[in-house]
Amino acid sequence: MADATLEHDAVHHGIPGAYEAPLFGAYSKKVGMWLFLASDSLTFGALLFAFSYNRISNPAWPTPFGKESIANATIMTACLLSSSLTMVLAVFAAQRHDRAWIRNWLLATMGFGTAFIVLHAMEWSKLIGEGMTPFSNPWAASVPQFGGTFFTLTGMHMLHVTIGVIYLGVVALRKWFLPILAALWIAGYFLIPADNVFHYGIHALGVGLIVAAVVLFLKPKDYDAHDVEVSGLYWHFVDLVWMFIFPLVYLMSTKIV
Amino acid sequence: MHDVASHEDRKGQYFWVWGALLFLTAVEVILAYRQVFNAVHMLEVLLILSVIKSVLIIGYFMHLKFETALMRWLLMASVVFCFCMMYLFFFPDAGRILHLGVK
Repeated sequence: MADATLEHDAVHHGIPGAYEAPLFGAYSKKVGMWLFLASDSLTFGALLFAFSYNRISNPAWPTPFGKESIANATIMTACLLSSSLTMVLAVFAAQRHDRAWIRNWLLATMGFGTAFIVLHAMEWSKLIGEGMTPFSNPWAASVPQFGGTFFTLTGMHMLHVTIGVIYLGVVALRKWFLPILAALWIAGYFLIPADNVFHYGIHALGVGLIVAAVVLFLKPKDYDAHDVEVSGLYWHFVDLVWMFIFPLVYLMSTKIV
Repeated sequence: MHDVASHEDRKGQYFWVWGALLFLTAVEVILAYRQVFNAVHMLEVLLILSVIKSVLIIGYFMHLKFETALMRWLLMASVVFCFCMMYLFFFPDAGRILHLGVK
């Protein structure tokens, strides 16, 4: 918006050279998102580095992930990769101003993302049911950091995916997304058993609902192709991080019988 | 809207990239299951495959391949530099731990 204002002033007051083309040949929203992603990649990079260091330096590192876990994680990977493809198709739809297909492809992306979260939550519940906590695990008493590193890394990523789904929902449906998010939050709270960690973790949707409502009511706007593209950058980043987490966390700890 | 993904991009190449990513994922799973390498070499191989996948995602899906050279170089060089700094910081200690061996 500021760029358009500057250009308007320069053109109408005849000030040549007062408006300069953007340094990176991209609008400021896109550059801002790239800078944020660069910083977030360092966060995950540090966590992955610490995890890899722990993994390699511990010969007793537990390997609890059997066929079911690896199959589940592979399906989760396929879900995220497919969601990236549908996100690209949403950007193409935005490019040709096809509102219906922008919404459809964004909803497809959200669907794959939600499937990822549900499968991951089921994996977490299974591991917690087997006795894994952030401070201990039943497979290697001499490696208590296994649980902490696993839950931190995958939990951070799951949070990013959840935020991404809410972000895409806001771009795709705007204010219509708020009642849907509220319904998911309430349904999740009542349907998830009280002894499951996600019975309380579902409140993340409540926080997302409040933030989305503040954004949508304080700054109502029609989300255009730029917004779709910028949300796509965030979504692809979430997929990118999983491309490192899946092999380092799951494939490096497969249970070979 | 000229700086959003341009019409020159063909949809077909994105499906090929998606297929390649799925194929590389399958290769990783097979390598892990067959335990082809020991832990250190397995980590190296999986990291290399992950970097290849990330290059495909960043280049095509995130469209960085079609951005200006300045943006490409600035983003990639800064992030790669930071990761190299992390590696150099850990490398001597990581090597020492491996040679000591935890019994």
